[in-house]
Amino acid sequence: MKVLVAVKRVVDYNVKVRVKADNSGVDLANVKMSMNPFCEIAVEEAVRLKEKGVATEIVVVSIGPTTAQEQLRTALALGADRAILVESADELTSLAVAKLLKAVVDKEQPQLVILGKQAIDSDNNQTGQMLAALSGYAQGTFASKVEVSGDKVAVTREIDGGLQTVSLSLPAIVTTDLRLNEPRYASLPNIMKAKKKPLEVLTPDALGVSTSSTNKTLKVEAPAARSAGIKVKSVAELVEKLKNEAKVI
Amino acid sequence: MPILVIAEHENGAIAPATLNTVAAAAKIGGDIHVLVAGQNAGAVGEAAAKIAGVAKVLVADNAAYAHQLPENVAPLVAELASGYSHVLAAATSNGKNILPRVAAQLDVDQISEIISVESADTFKRPIYAGNAIATVQSSAAIKVITVRATGFDAVAAEGGSAAVESVSAAHDAGKSSFVSEELAKSDRPELTAAKIVVSGGRGMQNGDNFKHLYALADKLGAAVGASRAAVDAGFVPNDMQVGQTGKIVAPQLYIAVGISGAIQHLAGMKDSKVIVAINKDEEAPIFQVADYGLVADLFEAVPELEKLV
Repeated sequence: MKVLVAVKRVVDYNVKVRVKADNSGVDLANVKMSMNPFCEIAVEEAVRLKEKGVATEIVVVSIGPTTAQEQLRTALALGADRAILVESADELTSLAVAKLLKAVVDKEQPQLVILGKQAIDSDNNQTGQMLAALSGYAQGTFASKVEVSGDKVAVTREIDGGLQTVSLSLPAIVTTDLRLNEPRYASLPNIMKAKKKPLEVLTPDALGVSTSSTNKTLKVEAPAARSAGIKVKSVAELVEKLKNEAKVI
Repeated sequence: MPILVIAEHENGAIAPATLNTVAAAAKIGGDIHVLVAGQNAGAVGEAAAKIAGVAKVLVADNAAYAHQLPENVAPLVAELASGYSHVLAAATSNGKNILPRVAAQLDVDQISEIISVESADTFKRPIYAGNAIATVQSSAAIKVITVRATGFDAVAAEGGSAAVESVSAAHDAGKSSFVSEELAKSDRPELTAAKIVVSGGRGMQNGDNFKHLYALADKLGAAVGASRAAVDAGFVPNDMQVGQTGKIVAPQLYIAVGISGAIQHLAGMKDSKVIVAINKDEEAPIFQVADYGLVADLFEAVPELEKLV
């Protein structure tokens, strides 16, 4: 079966971001960008499905600026067969991305679509669920285990109290949680080979999708800083402070 | 127009996060209606009717809504939403699972994990793991929002007397089914609702050593959490994880033991009132947010702390 994986180019998770002085957003000039960590897990899961003989073709798709081709090449180096970039310089909301992905799903007709559970920049946790709604497919969110058998997929999900397993009819949407797998690294020969794999570039207009939004970001601020604390010298002093100064125990 | 709050419930009881979500709805202003969708949801509906400030409770009792499968619950919410200005759910695993599906069905953008209400159409929410706070305005006819429970003080669970109405709509998409559930058992308070949280990180070295934290937690009436490093190392189950991708907590007192303080962990606990860090590395970033820091070996400090409190 064909598996579609969506990946996002985001600020690297190790970078401590700074808010711009004019409060218009976060300063991303000259900041290291990478594939969103949850998307890496999604690519890895697709590659493992192919290695097990479940998946026959892996198509990786990203929606974003031209530079997102770097992340698509990374996914190709990890084992995806071909890539699609829906190029848009605008900052898109999850709903707009879900609509563009729906157009790609209609075109490619995958049996399984794997996304990360959330992107570490917007922290929305919406796109997979929205794509499932738009395509009318079942959704297995926050997956820590995925097992395809016949025309069903069993997804074990991480929920607040523990784990829940659901069975979904294919085609279905799965979003990955951290513990689904440990992504591999791309080897140098595979990075070289990935340069020759096909990468198709589309536009929202060509897909006939409007990316207008009902949300508007008015400003972005730095969070309130915590006032500096003190170092105590002993456990006894700590207990005394917690009891008499902070009055929390 | 009234506001619809999707009740979070399990085992016949209203989950505490619902009370914080009703508090957010009260800040927006307008009549508050609560939807209880589930199987044998009658008792939960009665409990929801007692929540302070709730004007009406809608109970959708149907086998299709058992286990809150989003393929079935989202069409129900989307159908009911037309009579409301706002649809709110707690940003729990359930709320996050269902609500974006509702928003897409309504063709509106969702606003995730709000921490404050500026006005009926403007909200604040953290982005970049809590390293920036965005103020977002929605022009959608129906505003679909998930609420971070720690951003709002819970309303009283008792004192209200709302009318209970049953909803007959049955949606069964037939695309998904519940197979099984494996819930971690704990006698300690629930992590996101606890007044005191004691968390362990990689410095605990193994799962057995968490017994020191359990002993301390039991003395304090606290919940026990963990950093991702401790979860990934297999010390404790993943539902104990505090952080950007785990649970967000804001207790009165957070005691971080053997936790370095990566930004992903801080995103889950930096709104705690008082933070205590116990770590033998005095350069650990956790000391930059801790109100009280103790540079010490946790295997000596924690048992001593347990004796003294």
